[in-house]
Amino acid sequence: MTLAARRQATIYTGTRIPSPIPTVLKVDPALRVDDDILEVNFGPNHPSTHGVLRLIVELNGERVEGVEAVIGYLHTGFEKNMEQKTWWKAITYPERIDYLSFQINELAFVLAIEKLLGVEPPPKATWMRTLLCELSRIHSHLIWLGTGALELGAISLLWYCFRERDAVLDLFELVTGVRMHTRYFQAGGLAEDIPPGFFTECRKFADMFPARVDEYEALLDRQAIWLERTKGIGLLSAEDAIALGQSGPVLRASGVDWDLRKVEPYLAYDQVDFDVPVYFNGDVYDRYKVRMDEMRESTRIVQQCLDGMPEGPWIVDDRKIVLPPRHELHTSMESLIHHFKLVTEGYRVPAGEVYVAVESARGELGCYVVSDGGSKPWRVKFRAPSFVALEATATTVAGSLVADLIAILGSLDTVMGDCDR
Amino acid sequence: MTFTDVPGFASVSEDRGETTLVVETAQLREAALYLRDERGFNFLSDIAAADYLGWNERTVAGYWGHRGGRDINLPGSWGLAKKPEPKAKRFSVSYQLLAVVSGARVAPRVRLQVWCDDGDPVPSVVSVWPTADWHEREAYDLMGIVFEGHPGLKRILMDDDWEGHPLRKDYPIGGEPVRFSGAE
Repeated sequence: MTLAARRQATIYTGTRIPSPIPTVLKVDPALRVDDDILEVNFGPNHPSTHGVLRLIVELNGERVEGVEAVIGYLHTGFEKNMEQKTWWKAITYPERIDYLSFQINELAFVLAIEKLLGVEPPPKATWMRTLLCELSRIHSHLIWLGTGALELGAISLLWYCFRERDAVLDLFELVTGVRMHTRYFQAGGLAEDIPPGFFTECRKFADMFPARVDEYEALLDRQAIWLERTKGIGLLSAEDAIALGQSGPVLRASGVDWDLRKVEPYLAYDQVDFDVPVYFNGDVYDRYKVRMDEMRESTRIVQQCLDGMPEGPWIVDDRKIVLPPRHELHTSMESLIHHFKLVTEGYRVPAGEVYVAVESARGELGCYVVSDGGSKPWRVKFRAPSFVALEATATTVAGSLVADLIAILGSLDTVMGDCDR
Repeated sequence: MTFTDVPGFASVSEDRGETTLVVETAQLREAALYLRDERGFNFLSDIAAADYLGWNERTVAGYWGHRGGRDINLPGSWGLAKKPEPKAKRFSVSYQLLAVVSGARVAPRVRLQVWCDDGDPVPSVVSVWPTADWHEREAYDLMGIVFEGHPGLKRILMDDDWEGHPLRKDYPIGGEPVRFSGAE
């Protein structure tokens, strides 16, 4: 197909979801007559699988006729582990599930605990969480852009993206002391107050960043190879995207105006002004455009958070949930007891079940938590957006070329740690 | 929103702003179709299975929330007195449903729930929401829930020859046999 024809290619009607198994594309038996179908193992250690994903691909020449995704290579039993830890310690785990948008994962679990406890964090904590989650979204999209472009041959973009990613990680380090897996959100607020130098540094980044996004976009959008390899590829219609449970940028690139930050606002998202980018072609290029626009919108939110950051405490004053201030331990017997009880036994969370969903960089990230009233979670289940995104592989790659398979997989933006948990 | 006309309706409860709708396990598919076609729940977010083996056996404290809302004279507010409500069956399977409408600014959610014991078949909803495919395979793999009518029910996260279902409460922790350790 020529570039002009691809640009005009409109999204298909009807459904392309394979039947009876929606996630497995089976080779048409008529093609098998010539005995010319080649079965290739793509992965589990292919550099462009973003972790360890194995695709069993069946090729007719260069065309993909059959595909099945095999996952589970990174399964580490996070959910089982979290059942063995007190609520307080379990907060450490969700970040490691999706190691690119870690703050948002942490947020989902912390919000679930707070919903069960019935605790309302102070405004400063809410705004700071909003700010850090948006920085986390930028961080995740930058890695997606860098590696996604790298896989299609645009090597230099990776260095640009990692330069800015490093600036985001510097900000995380400034606030929390670590660059990744920050564990900065506590049930009830933040672990520490925001250090004074943070706002100046963060504003510097927010002022500089939109120009950088324009720069990346200029590098790619004027590139014939990039356009040729992304436009009209990996099509997914809006109906199919909803039926396959797709969310986030993939759903919005298929023309569905749906963002959990707008439809069920959490944190301070109902108090900041931002737009939801929606594109309508449902191809790799539109998924790229959605993410580029999202980085600009996230920067807008970051700037508003810096302007509107309220003063006051960063965590609720409830000694049954929150550790007492360090200096009190030397003078107050009661604080010492609270400290001891919280660290050894942990706080107890009322019985019940909740499902908290937040908009992660990859889409709807859900956290289903059951508590029996004890000091450890009874059951924690994550609705991992990467897991669901990979279910769309069979629908999006049907009939594409094997080289496009990499572009399509990249555009779904899966993190295998998130997928396998 | 009332759910009493859902096929197989058993009970509905409201807790912390979330609606849980329990239906009879045998009529799950009819209920799912009804909710999708008549009520607009076109989006299946997640399927979560939970094992309640041993639930209600250990004593737990019922400490209630934060300073403003605490009544220490309520029974179970302190100490180790309060136990959670017992469950009728061992496993619950929860389907988090969402009604996605492009451009809408509300997100109606409901949790569809069925209960089953070890080995009881649960009707598959893959034909209703294609995304259920992997979620059901995961629930089968990690929790041992058998979905009847699933087009390809096999393990997804663990190895094909794995024994047992790791997220069950009676699955040993740290008790995995180590190969070539000399002990076998």
